[in-house]
Amino acid sequence: MIIPDGDLWVVGEETLGEHLDRRGISRRSFLQFCAGVAGVLATGPLAAGRAHATLSADAIADSLSSMTKPVLVWLQLQECTGCMESVLRSGATTVEELILNLVSMDYNELLMAAAGTAADEALAAANAQDHILVVNGSVPRKEGGAYTTIAGRSAEAILLESAERATAVFAVGACAHWGCVQASRPNPTGAVGVDAVVTDKPVVNVAGCPPVPEVITASLVYTLVNGSPPPVDGQGRPLFAYGDRIHDFCPKRGRFDAGQFVRTFDDDAARSGYCLYEVGCRGPDTFAPCPILRWNLAQDWPIGAGHPCIGCTEVGFYDRFTPFYEVLPNLRTPGTGVEADATTVGLVGLAAVGLGVAAHAGATALQERRASRAAEKVFLPLVGDVPTRERPLGSGAPEPASTPEEDQR
Amino acid sequence: MSERVVIDPVTRIEGHLRIEVLADDGQITDAWSQTTQFKGIEMVLRGRDPRDAWAFAQRICGVCTVVHAIASVRAVEDALDYPVPRAADTIRNLVLGSQMVQDHVIHFYHLHALDFVNVTTVPQADVDAAVAAAVALEPDYALNSAGRFQAVKDQVTRVLDSGQLSIFTNGYWDHPDYRLPPEVDLIAVSHYLDALVWQREMIRVNTIFGGKNPHPNFLVGGMASAINMDNELTINQVKLDQLQALVAGTLNFVRDVYLPDVVAILGAYPDYLDIGRSSASFLAIGKGGYNCSGYPSPPNGFVPGVMLDGELTVRELDLDRIKEFATSGWYRYPQEGIGLQPWDGETEPEYTGPTPPFDWLADDERYTWSKAPRYDGRAVQVGPMPRLLSAYVQGEAETRDDLDPLLRRLGARPEQLNSTAGRILARAVEAVQIARQLQVWLDDLVTAIRSGDDRTFNPDKWEKDTWPAQGKGVGFAEVARGTLSHWVRVEDGFVSNYQAVVPSTWNGCGRATGQLGPYEQALVPHPLLRPEQPLEPLRTIHSFDPCQSCGIHVLDVTGAEVAWSRVQ
Repeated sequence: MIIPDGDLWVVGEETLGEHLDRRGISRRSFLQFCAGVAGVLATGPLAAGRAHATLSADAIADSLSSMTKPVLVWLQLQECTGCMESVLRSGATTVEELILNLVSMDYNELLMAAAGTAADEALAAANAQDHILVVNGSVPRKEGGAYTTIAGRSAEAILLESAERATAVFAVGACAHWGCVQASRPNPTGAVGVDAVVTDKPVVNVAGCPPVPEVITASLVYTLVNGSPPPVDGQGRPLFAYGDRIHDFCPKRGRFDAGQFVRTFDDDAARSGYCLYEVGCRGPDTFAPCPILRWNLAQDWPIGAGHPCIGCTEVGFYDRFTPFYEVLPNLRTPGTGVEADATTVGLVGLAAVGLGVAAHAGATALQERRASRAAEKVFLPLVGDVPTRERPLGSGAPEPASTPEEDQR
Repeated sequence: MSERVVIDPVTRIEGHLRIEVLADDGQITDAWSQTTQFKGIEMVLRGRDPRDAWAFAQRICGVCTVVHAIASVRAVEDALDYPVPRAADTIRNLVLGSQMVQDHVIHFYHLHALDFVNVTTVPQADVDAAVAAAVALEPDYALNSAGRFQAVKDQVTRVLDSGQLSIFTNGYWDHPDYRLPPEVDLIAVSHYLDALVWQREMIRVNTIFGGKNPHPNFLVGGMASAINMDNELTINQVKLDQLQALVAGTLNFVRDVYLPDVVAILGAYPDYLDIGRSSASFLAIGKGGYNCSGYPSPPNGFVPGVMLDGELTVRELDLDRIKEFATSGWYRYPQEGIGLQPWDGETEPEYTGPTPPFDWLADDERYTWSKAPRYDGRAVQVGPMPRLLSAYVQGEAETRDDLDPLLRRLGARPEQLNSTAGRILARAVEAVQIARQLQVWLDDLVTAIRSGDDRTFNPDKWEKDTWPAQGKGVGFAEVARGTLSHWVRVEDGFVSNYQAVVPSTWNGCGRATGQLGPYEQALVPHPLLRPEQPLEPLRTIHSFDPCQSCGIHVLDVTGAEVAWSRVQ
């Protein structure tokens, strides 16, 4: 949580290391914070080169040490606000750490104090400088954009304004990724994802309806740490989170391989925690980190709580994967073709990786900006909060009951 | 000379809302509530498997994330005449109830408090004085401590001094109507941050049964989380123990912190018991969290009904009197003023406004993506305040016991709950009531398990060949923002029509039958000191807890022929 101290570190007057020393903060406790970030990032794929996803806590600490506070513009277009709610649930890098310490989130309709003209002016000011852009929500293109307007402008116009000087663009959630439920048959409003509108720079798709909270925040922290967004698969999804199928890390995989299936909900097999494949699980076709990170402070995840995966990180899942409770086509019998089919899906995803990485070579603006700012006198409140964590972030352990740690009256 | 003032975006809400007002000499003289987003989910639902419908309908809203799924499975079960095991009912109550308490807390601290709490005074706060005040107010809350408050004060000071204000950028911090002393601002900001931690914890009630939140999983015919005390992957003793801790922690925070904070802050804004008065007609089908298939029959004799025109008596709900109008909405309507019964309703958008960008919409008769429901021609309010007021008027003991001391302390009459402050107070009281009820539901679940009544799913009507060729159903729920219902028609195994009738449509709609919608009525008249800093109207709009993605969904109920024979 928030553990500050009024002694600001001023870039240029001393190094972060000196500053931490002077304040009596050990590198070891700073590293605890960084280890948590590394923990989330290290859930990446088995196959696709671990190098990018296994930043050490040391490397992260070094990189954060040299950081200023980037401006963040966080748009919500045609959407349900579930993705922002997911961010509120992040237990690794928390939303309060993100918006008070790591970035200056100058525009976000859910949380910002200002409204109306004052909010719109805050957006214009943020858009006029280099910034990281996060987008929730799709862009409805029919009726001249009248299906979603903000401050009298269409979602498409707002997105293009904000993308112009964006140094990195994150489409967070299925709506921003490909349109989600409103883009499903018959797509009444002509909804499309961000990368159909922003075509002149790479878009990172943080997939899911909503994405796992920690994946959203880790995608941003990764970018702050590295100066460029994480490597992605063929759909633009960060490999550290979407590099492996749910099926490959499912704790019920052994049941699948043994042919032990739930046939109907609450049957003896369900009560024994068996595999949900025959009641429609989309895990074999879905690339997502749910079984590893799990949800809500790692309490549980959909399959763990007895419901089949509905494949919400995949494009078109409302049309491709419905009816949800029917068995996946072509995957009917374990051991006879299942793996062939599912692996084919996997290879298609991985083959596109190289392309995605190449596309991101262009996203170096953030690094350049950082370099240009390095000589300026910049206040950096980042580190004050970092070292006092009681345990590594992202370790999966729930935080203590309702609370930060001090209790001195 | 009236000045045109536009508030767009209205921030700290769900969805997209635009408010246009005319202001004259410090007062708002006219107002238009404009929902500026449409998604068309009902159109997407046609032709789908009704067992899948909840997963589509749920995505109407990710803030209330549970409620549309519950209304959906209830409606489908009604259409298929599909009974649900008792344990599954109880689990749904636990999931919905915990989400509602969380929703109310997030609304107050994260979406509403900054209308009353000035974060920029925090650096001036005397920490010891703040601790003394907080401990006097909330003696049982451990984080009302000097260490905590000092940490928060330093944190906020650092953000403000950095010149990079993040979410506080461009706030109306120099507005003269921020009234709290710096110490109370500090307490509130500290609890704002505490509430973020708390909501992450307590929402795991959703995760235990639904696998995740936002958007936990549901199931037509029950719940997917099987109970087996002798298996490590099911609902077992470990999970029950966790639930007990989560339920206790939920109640502790809302009882010991949220409600006292609300009362303290409202104490500095007593005039808001007379500001923001809206329609004096109210609808409530049960207490917060009540949900059902078919016609509502809430427990303990609560009468589902309406109070009309300021009369504090509850009349039993007559669905024939509900009609919906497209007078001010961008929808195609065959016969203006004559609605369709929801099972036959249609959602056909017809945009007639200006092509964006635009500056002003209220010159046109049609200016919003919301339709306008009316009860007997009246705009009615729904939500925690109408629910609480209805329970109070019906003499419900818990509500009397909760409300009377608070009304005395604020010097308010019950009818003054129809105000900006009243809606805020009612929401906090309701959060405490639902949090208490969570314990009752959890005890019910444990009792059921103990007696061997631990089925969570009924397989009898799961397969399509057991379904009627045609069926229609309705599911009701009293959710965070008011009365919700979903209406479905199933033909030959598929959804042939689907309509969601949503709280924010009732509250946030525009003009019809010669009446302004409830948001609009609440703003006329209304103080507005500085048109460029519309702080006061934001207080009132936020007091409704707008959820405009929900509000775009439509109500199509006719007067004449509501076919209730099946469900009554």
